[in-house]
Amino acid sequence: MEYNPIKKVVSGNYAAAYAALHARVQVVAAYPITPQTSIIEKIAEFIANGEADIQYIPVESEHSAMAACIGASATGARVFTATSAQGLALMHEMLHWAAGSRLPIVMVNVNRAMAPPWSVWDDQTDSLSQRDTGWMQFYAENNQEVYDGVLMAYKVAETVNIPTMIIESAFILSHTYEVVNMIPQELVDEFLPPRKPLYTLTDFENPIAVGALATPADYYEFRYKIAKAHEEAKKVIKSVGKEFGERFGRDYSKMIETGYIEDADFVFMGMGSLMGTVKEAVDLLRKEGYKVGYAKVRWFRPFPKEELLEIAESVKGIAVLDRNFSFGQEGILFTEAKGALYNTGVRPIMKDYIVGLGGRDFTVRDVKAIAEDMKKVVESGKLDKEIEWYHLKR
Amino acid sequence: MNTLFGKAKEEAKPITPKSVDEYPEAPVSLGITLVNFTGDWRTFMPVIDESKCVKCYICWKYCPEPAIYIKEDGFVAIDYDYCKGCGICANECPTKAITMVREEK
Repeated sequence: MEYNPIKKVVSGNYAAAYAALHARVQVVAAYPITPQTSIIEKIAEFIANGEADIQYIPVESEHSAMAACIGASATGARVFTATSAQGLALMHEMLHWAAGSRLPIVMVNVNRAMAPPWSVWDDQTDSLSQRDTGWMQFYAENNQEVYDGVLMAYKVAETVNIPTMIIESAFILSHTYEVVNMIPQELVDEFLPPRKPLYTLTDFENPIAVGALATPADYYEFRYKIAKAHEEAKKVIKSVGKEFGERFGRDYSKMIETGYIEDADFVFMGMGSLMGTVKEAVDLLRKEGYKVGYAKVRWFRPFPKEELLEIAESVKGIAVLDRNFSFGQEGILFTEAKGALYNTGVRPIMKDYIVGLGGRDFTVRDVKAIAEDMKKVVESGKLDKEIEWYHLKR
Repeated sequence: MNTLFGKAKEEAKPITPKSVDEYPEAPVSLGITLVNFTGDWRTFMPVIDESKCVKCYICWKYCPEPAIYIKEDGFVAIDYDYCKGCGICANECPTKAITMVREEK
């Protein structure tokens, strides 16, 4: 069957819900009230309309939602959930349990700022705070990537048995409607066969227990196995991304999407929807003679060290755009990128721009202003300062 | 045999993987835990006085381990390999047939 996309004008949240539907998820456990989004609302609608055969478990908190997802996934089912900000924070303990139990749950998180002060706007600190839970993290630039990301996430997660978070920006993606090329069910099924679980609680001939104690004599080896699975995941992500491109024309074989790298003096590096703005701005800057490029980090975990090194080798500077902050240090992607390069000896000059926190508007004009600043840094070879609170009212 | 788990307990062998490759990919149990003699944890041991026992089996029902079993003669007995000495049985016994005795090891 030839691929003819089904074009739908949907929000990022609906793109996520349709992807879950097309991935034939069997169980959805979710907390249905704020900060829940229309992702779960849409899925509930699919079920109510008889469009989906999904076991939906509404629970009393996000902690319980993830706990129910873990139980369902341990029976071998394909499981989906969604949350945002404070809800994700409440899940924290269970995120460790999901990854530690090696259950390939896929969750869409809507990036929203952490309170206080209350905010419902875009900010990456919620998901980046879950960095060390053992989940993979994919940051979507647009609604199409939300849809594609969920479908690919199941294939990758179920191959390496690591749960995966697909992350979309609040409002900029979650509530903004745009055309998404969806895939006919038959072709999704060909791409994404039913899950083959590593173990299942419903194999009554071979009963097992999960969640047991491991003494210091055994715990260490299980941690190593998770680390190894993340390394393996890099290869799987690339091959699944390539396969997706061959089947559906949208290639995801690179964990970092780049543009204008070859002759660029410096690149903008960032994650999520803000990179859409950057790509637009870089096109304009190129016309004005600026030798700039971009590096959009799609996968934050596992971290694409090798691809970053290739980029770093070909540029003089990297302007990191962090829509997040680790208090007492710096922007989180900045720390990661510097750390990844340290032992390679390849060290382009790097500056961290803190942008868009709590949904502060980040526009093409801002990218241009940052380009102007970064150009000075690269030309002089000197950092005036490492961290720039770009929007600060002075 | 004078034990709760009979043959299974006798045949249970500890599983000790020697290299990382011998471990399962996910932390799931590979066998039963009967090799772990949790009786080592005990400070007080329950001792049954059969002259007071009325075979109500409340202790048998309440034992959380479980480490209490019913013998062929109908009286209860304790498998000290697993009894942690929590004292719930002594507390629940309606005829005070179980006393907790400090163990010298």
